[in-house]
Order: sequence, then structure tokens, then C-alpha cells
Amino acid sequence: MIISVASGKGGTGKTTIAVNLALALAKDKGKNVKFLDCDVEEPNAHLFLKPVITSSESVEIPVPKIDDKKCNYCGKCAEVCVFNAIAVTKNKVLVFPGLCHGCGACSLFCPGKAISEEGNEIGILEEGKAGSINFTHGRLNIGEPMAPPIIRKIKTKIKKDYNGNRSNDITNHHITLIDAPPGTSCPVIESIKGSDYTILVTEPTPFGLHDLILAVEVLKKLNILHGVVLNKCDIGDHKVEEYCKKNDIPLLLSIPLDREIAVAYSQGIPIVKISPFYEQKFIQLFQKIAQTI
Amino acid sequence: MKEIVIISGKGGTGKTVITASIAALAKNKVMGDCDVDASNLYLLLHPEIKEKNDFYAGIIPSINLEKCTNCGRCQEVCRFEAIKTIKSQTVIDLISCEGCGLCALVCPVQAIQMKENHCGEWYISETKYGPLVYARLGIAEENSGKLVTLVRQNAQTIAKKNNLELIIVDGPPGIGCPLIATLSGADLAVVVTEPTLSGIHDLERVVKVAQHFGVKTVVIINKYDINLENSSKIKNWCQKDNIPIIGKIHFDNIITEALVKGVPVVEYSDNTVTKEIKDIWQRLKEMLCLPLDQFLPDV
Repeated sequence: MIISVASGKGGTGKTTIAVNLALALAKDKGKNVKFLDCDVEEPNAHLFLKPVITSSESVEIPVPKIDDKKCNYCGKCAEVCVFNAIAVTKNKVLVFPGLCHGCGACSLFCPGKAISEEGNEIGILEEGKAGSINFTHGRLNIGEPMAPPIIRKIKTKIKKDYNGNRSNDITNHHITLIDAPPGTSCPVIESIKGSDYTILVTEPTPFGLHDLILAVEVLKKLNILHGVVLNKCDIGDHKVEEYCKKNDIPLLLSIPLDREIAVAYSQGIPIVKISPFYEQKFIQLFQKIAQTI
Repeated sequence: MKEIVIISGKGGTGKTVITASIAALAKNKVMGDCDVDASNLYLLLHPEIKEKNDFYAGIIPSINLEKCTNCGRCQEVCRFEAIKTIKSQTVIDLISCEGCGLCALVCPVQAIQMKENHCGEWYISETKYGPLVYARLGIAEENSGKLVTLVRQNAQTIAKKNNLELIIVDGPPGIGCPLIATLSGADLAVVVTEPTLSGIHDLERVVKVAQHFGVKTVVIINKYDINLENSSKIKNWCQKDNIPIIGKIHFDNIITEALVKGVPVVEYSDNTVTKEIKDIWQRLKEMLCLPLDQFLPDV
């Protein structure tokens, strides 16, 4: 079963929910929990799960490399590149790796076979163990714009475990939790697509509601089952609850603004580690989702 | 003309609340909301839209089923797993498609056409605080960086045309493409952080991105009193890297109250939070060497 945790607005508590859910589930020895932190721009889950990293690999996109001896500056490569990652002048070919999406059009269409491809590192992927939890996260290199290729790479780790046949494993024993980045655009889509369920975390403010509505639109478009966790449920107004009720979106869990949680969070301590009450709450959260699926 | 961008790395640290308050305090300015995924600034500034524009970017493929022979060549070359065969028919998954157009180029019977992609809207609006340019990226769309650039360019045009001395930009979270599009070429990046481990971790990364692009950076610690130990860690880290901290804001539910009422907090209350934000604006004015009329009291 793949459960992703997302939100339109940032800072609503995605990582808190994903981490605590993972820890609560991992206490059950019959469960095999995998945690993928797909917020590769600002990965934070490791601060709470404190995994022991056992392997690290570079994530590269193939960018064109021009063989000057074979190139006759015909300009075909620049013509087929829709991302403007190649410019050809009379006697020079300029490649802009930051714009390249690695689609391979330039090398395929070069009439003189003057283009090969070389890897350009845009980030890294790290794997390890946090107790019994299998942990994977990615990290976009500073100054690199494109997060989705790293997210795609992280998600190949799901395939490996499920032997390419996920439908065999939609059980309650193998659980993959995905911590998604904020927003509604490509990095979010890349993170949550293929999930069996998405938990949307929000807060009861006009910003929280506005961005929740956008996130719900995304999930409808992707056809993913979803429900809402309302964090700091007592700080603002009641409009998120009203919206969920009106649109038949299950409100899975409400967490009040609790100084104990906030202080523990600021120190990197997940709440389930210090509160059996919340541990129970997170197990119930999972049970609600498992029943829906 | 000076352009300041308010960014954070981590989401939810208070960028928009601070942007709206600075918008309420400053004079002769234009605002831009570059969080095009989930723009929120307009919820506090209540704009009247003057101009609505469509945003087209990139190209998307469509298959002519009458021409397609299901030869599989497009599927073979696509590196984004965006072309699949379902019930022996070739189909495109637009969600996975990167819009590179390679499928259309290799199709032996020209069955794939690329067309322009409508992926959002952007608006020029007027608020009681001055003009605001903002945008809405279509649901699950790409090209947010280009839309960010459009918002900034239009805010700059308005500033030039009306002789405005300040552009205040509310930025997106993260450090990827929309953030880079927001940051590059700005005069000053104001990073809003919070004293949590995530806040510190993300602050360090976003500051490095700003330095990478050569943008001068200052820091505001929001909710500084929720963990004083972490706040002093931020202070030490900034001192070591020579990054000025231009202010601290304490944790106060009045910020949420103002948010629920839909007004900038400096207009909602006169308490300590408002004073702290006014001090921050004072520092910013000095740093940006704004003209003297920014310093005159309101009549």
C-alpha cells in the first residue's frame, strides 16, 4: 500500500504526519514500512527519523556532449530542442545543462552522430534504516532547478520492492509512506502519482483552506483517494471543516495546537515517541485509510 | 528601483504574512506574488483585477487515432514513461509527459501533433496598498518558473511606468525552479525562518542558493521564542556567514487572528508583533537606501 502525505500550503505539518505515522506503524513487527522523502528541495524527514545512511548515489540527467570533430554546425540539435538547452552559432555549439531535460532528441536527430550524452549530476539519493523503517531521501544540489528527476529515482525504490507488480502487494503489511513537497505543480505530481491514498494536511486559516482546495483539485485530476488531517485545528476558523463536510472529504484526524508537540517538533522529536495517546491516534488514522482502500 | 524578495526554503514560516505587512507599511511600491502554485498574498490584499491574461508555455502531444499504426516508435524513444499501450492502442499520459516533442518528431506517419499548452493565468490588479501582479498555475501543470518570470517582469514594468521605487515580491517555498526564477537578479533576499530543526536546515540551503546566484541576503526569525536555543543557533550560524539578522518576531496568535480577518497584521493590531515588524521595515529601508519620503510619517 502506498500512502502519500501532501498539502498545497507549506509548513502545515506534512513531515510531522508522515514521520509519526511511519513510527506508529513500525512498532507493529508484522509491518514492513518504507519511508520515501520526496521533498528533495528541502528534505526534513531525516531530522526526525534519524536514519543510519548505508548507501548514497548520484542522480544525473543525460546532457549532450558535442564531438567537435564530427559536428558541422548544421543546427538540427537546436531546432529539435524545445527547452532551448542548445544554441548553435557558426562555429560553436553551446549547451546549457540547467535547461536540459535529458529527452535525447538532439543526439537522436544529429545527422553526423556528433552528439553523445554524459551525466550531469543534479542531486543525490541516500538510503538507510531508521530502526525497522527502510528510509530513502533525495537532495537537489544547490542552484539546480529540476526536482522531478530525483523524485522519479526515489520512486524506483518502490518498484524494486514490489517486483514490478504492485497489485500483488496492496496489503496492510507492506506500507510505503511518501512525504511530498508543498505546492500543486510538477514535483508534487511526481511524488504522489501512483499512490493508493493521499493524506492532505492543512490548517484552519484562509491560506490553509485556499491551498487545500487546490490540492483536492490535483487529487481529483490524478484520481487518487484522499482525506484531510487538520493540524493546529483550534487556531483559526471552521471553514476547512465546513468545506470537507460539504464536499464529502473525510476528516481523518484533528490535532490541536499543543505546546508539547511544538516544542518536541522544534527539537526533532516525533510526538509518538513521547505520547502513547498520539501513537494510538496515528494507528487509528492508518486503520481509517486501510478501510477506505 | 529596488526589488526585494521574501523567501524561506521551508514553507509556512510566515513569508506571506510578513510580505503583506511590509506592503501595508511601504510607500510607492508594487507587489508581486511569485508563489504561483499556491498564491496567498491576494487573500490579504483584496485586489480588484484590472487585467487577466492567459499563460501558455510548453507544448503537449495529441495522437490522431486514425493515423496511428501503433508501431511503438514513440514509446521506444520516450524517456519519461509517458507513452503506454492500453488495449493495443498507443496512449499518452499527459501527467508524465515533459513536453519534449520527441514522439512527434519520430512518428513515421505524423500521427502526433504538438500543440501549445494553456497552463495558467496571470493578473494585474489594484489594491488599496498599490498594484499587485499575481498568477495561478493550472492544476498539475508545469513551467512554474516561466510564470514566475512573467509576474516579476510585469511588476518591474509597472514600477518603471509609475516611477515606483520598490518592488515587494512574495516568493515560493523550496529551492528549485520557481525559487531560482524568483531570486535571480533581485536586489535583496529576505529569508523568513523559524527556530525548528527543519527551519534551520532549510534556511541554510536557501541561503546557499541566494549566495550561488549572488543575491544579498538577510534573515528574519519568526516565532523566535518557541525555541530560544534554536534561535541562538540561527544567530550564530548567520554571524559566522556574515548574514545580517534584521529582526525577530515572537509567537503570537494575533497573527492567525489577523489572517482569519484577512488583513495585514500591522493594520489589525498595535501590539508587540506590529512593533517588531515595523522595526524590520525600518531596517530594510536603511539597507535599501530608499528615498527619504519613505521615512516621512503618514499624514
